[in-house]
Amino acid sequence: MDADSLHYSLELVAGSGNILNTEHRTALQTSLLILRKNYKFNRVLFWGKIMGIKEDYFIAQGRGDDELKDKKNLYSFNCMDWFLLPPATIPMIEEVSKAATGRFMGDASHVYENTILKKVGDEDEVEEELVKTTEEHRLAVTIHLIDDESSVIPRGAFIKNPHGFVQVNRCFEGLTESQAAKLDSFLHFRDPKTLKKKSLLELSELNQTIDFLDLLTDDVPKGMWSLQFENANKVLILRCLLWLGMTFYHVPMTPQHGYIYIGDGVRNLDLSFML
Amino acid sequence: MDEHRDRSGDKMLKSSAAFKTFLMKNSQKSNMNLYDHLTRLLLKVMDEQPNDAVDIFEDLSYDVKRGLFEDTKNRLRDLPHTTLAELLAEQQRLLFTQQEDTEHEDELVESPLPNINEIGFYLEQAGVGLGREEMQRIFLALKQLVDSQPLILHCRLWGKILGTQSNYIVAEVEFKDWDNENEKSDQAAEEEQNEARESEENEMDQLPQSTYKPPPVVPKEPMGTGSNKNVYYVCKEPGLPWVKLPSVTPAQITVARQIRKFFTGRLDSPIKSYPPFPGNEANYLRAQIARISAGTHVSPQGFFHVGEEEGEEEDEAPRDSYEVNPDFDGVPVSEMVLSLSMWVHHVQHILKQGRCSWINLAVKPEEDQNEEGEAEETEEEPDEPEPEVGPPLLTPLSQDAEMFNTPPWSTKISSTLTSQHAVAVLRSNLWPGAYAYACGKKFENIYIGWGLKYTGQGYSPPLPPPPQKEYPSEPEVTEALDPTVEEEQVLEDALEEQQAAPEEMENTDEEEEEEEEQELDND
Repeated sequence: MDADSLHYSLELVAGSGNILNTEHRTALQTSLLILRKNYKFNRVLFWGKIMGIKEDYFIAQGRGDDELKDKKNLYSFNCMDWFLLPPATIPMIEEVSKAATGRFMGDASHVYENTILKKVGDEDEVEEELVKTTEEHRLAVTIHLIDDESSVIPRGAFIKNPHGFVQVNRCFEGLTESQAAKLDSFLHFRDPKTLKKKSLLELSELNQTIDFLDLLTDDVPKGMWSLQFENANKVLILRCLLWLGMTFYHVPMTPQHGYIYIGDGVRNLDLSFML
Repeated sequence: MDEHRDRSGDKMLKSSAAFKTFLMKNSQKSNMNLYDHLTRLLLKVMDEQPNDAVDIFEDLSYDVKRGLFEDTKNRLRDLPHTTLAELLAEQQRLLFTQQEDTEHEDELVESPLPNINEIGFYLEQAGVGLGREEMQRIFLALKQLVDSQPLILHCRLWGKILGTQSNYIVAEVEFKDWDNENEKSDQAAEEEQNEARESEENEMDQLPQSTYKPPPVVPKEPMGTGSNKNVYYVCKEPGLPWVKLPSVTPAQITVARQIRKFFTGRLDSPIKSYPPFPGNEANYLRAQIARISAGTHVSPQGFFHVGEEEGEEEDEAPRDSYEVNPDFDGVPVSEMVLSLSMWVHHVQHILKQGRCSWINLAVKPEEDQNEEGEAEETEEEPDEPEPEVGPPLLTPLSQDAEMFNTPPWSTKISSTLTSQHAVAVLRSNLWPGAYAYACGKKFENIYIGWGLKYTGQGYSPPLPPPPQKEYPSEPEVTEALDPTVEEEQVLEDALEEQQAAPEEMENTDEEEEEEEEQELDND
């Protein structure tokens, strides 16, 4: 969620149960402004909190000219001192998925080790391979995956300008209440994966400037998103059941929207059993 | 000369009349004519006297044309939509009405209503909560609940359970004395069901009875003890009516331990799972609430102590009651954060059986009373099930077992910058969403989450049991090979021989009889 609107948007997502301490909120207001100046971001968002056993990580995300591609993540323990995370590359993702198990420890230099049995050639020999990764890498990869699989925007909130940059749509006035009650007014904020598989008939109805992202309704399993009106039915809340703790809010008929993740950073693999 | 002028004047008049008629010709498309349009336009310019009329002349012309369409406006108007927010607001308005018949004496008596504003403040320091306005609405809804039920001893906000379609706000209530009416109505319902089943059986022909005997059902704990100590009320949004949840049975707890399901938000939706859950979502919700309370309700050590009257109790009976300790001074926050032994559980642990107090199912109460002595002896035999023992009440958290390589609790102080006035926060890692705070003499527990336990890497559902044997194997039912033709032939020959032998005997007997008859006849 935008750093500028932090003080009122935190109340809107409070239905999920986690809110920020007043102390943290004021610290964030100060430090995010300083962060924006230092790193020359266009916008700074408070991405959320990943809870570790000993300590919690506060995550901030800075956006550059292209909102979809220029993203930088930073973490902090006390909302004041921020450390830059490396961008998540594919070999890093593989390394983390093999090595990291269990919950986050809370210590950025913690090393996860895992021995994997690998078959050597065609024989029955089994080789043990030790895979290691640090918690910092795990953090970077987790944030990347959560953004990839569960970040949401309302349809029309971002537009693609002729250069191909994705930018905030300043003319977005919000969805109407009936539009907001339908799940197909929301899009994934990531490089589109299922859009290319659509048929020509469906593609012809889309508006190229705002419909360049995947729909939420194309997600598998179907019940992955929980759509509710909260806070005396004024705010629309979308909760992701795959990453428990991801909450998206939108106030209909206003341009306010945003998402925040407060949770333990573990994917909910049992989703299919639980629906 | 005049004639010339007249003729040219006439010509001009004629041409102007012709031109005027031309102007007044109605256009085929819009049934308007230029003459009327120009008249109206010039009248408009005269009335409004705009600056630079010549520059905006075309716009003026459009405006006049547009203005002509008012008469064909639709007489129907859109109905104003009632938004969902407006519907809920109507119901939540009732929260804010003040009862006029409250006696002022009630202010002196301790009200069972908790001070949610204060609790909300401390929870906010801990980083947990539902937002100030929502807490205020919940506060008023709890007040409505307390006012509507006269026998409440204690009332607490237990927390909020999130669901896929809507959420539940849960309130925990302890009654002063247990109405047996509730139990009677449940028993009456059960009896009616049994009678219905029996009458059905009598009407139909008796079908072959199966020899399967299901394992004995563990009886549920009576109201007011163990896992049924408190009654829980839920509501969807503050302002909507509170619904009472049924009491929990041990079978429901054992199955709830094996399944993993999201709540949908509707109390009557069925739970489709394996092993099949005995009940619907209301029962599942109650079972999870019981498990969460037993696992995560903690208090600072010393806040509660076991009643002094029970100092001479036997070692076997578990302690199941506690009292508020009047001498509790409060523990400094830094100590509470550093060591887990300063926190204790104040809710009884639920045993594997599904109850808090163990019941021996192997002993049949219908047997003769002579066997009571034997029954006591059999408890000590290793064949009989051993009594399950859980950790006694008020055990410190440092004795909680670590599961899945994660410590079960994480402690934190709410603020490092102003630690003199900070709050100690305890977070459960086994039940994500369970928090407890303590500050001086005050403490509180709350749960806001999905109602699911942390199960490590993945959940694997229990396997189905091996298939039962269909029937006992008896020689009548076992298959045997049919005899071949040669064997049958041999058997037939043997039989014929056997028959031939007695037949000869019979024949000789018959012959003798015949001879006797003949002789008699002859005589």
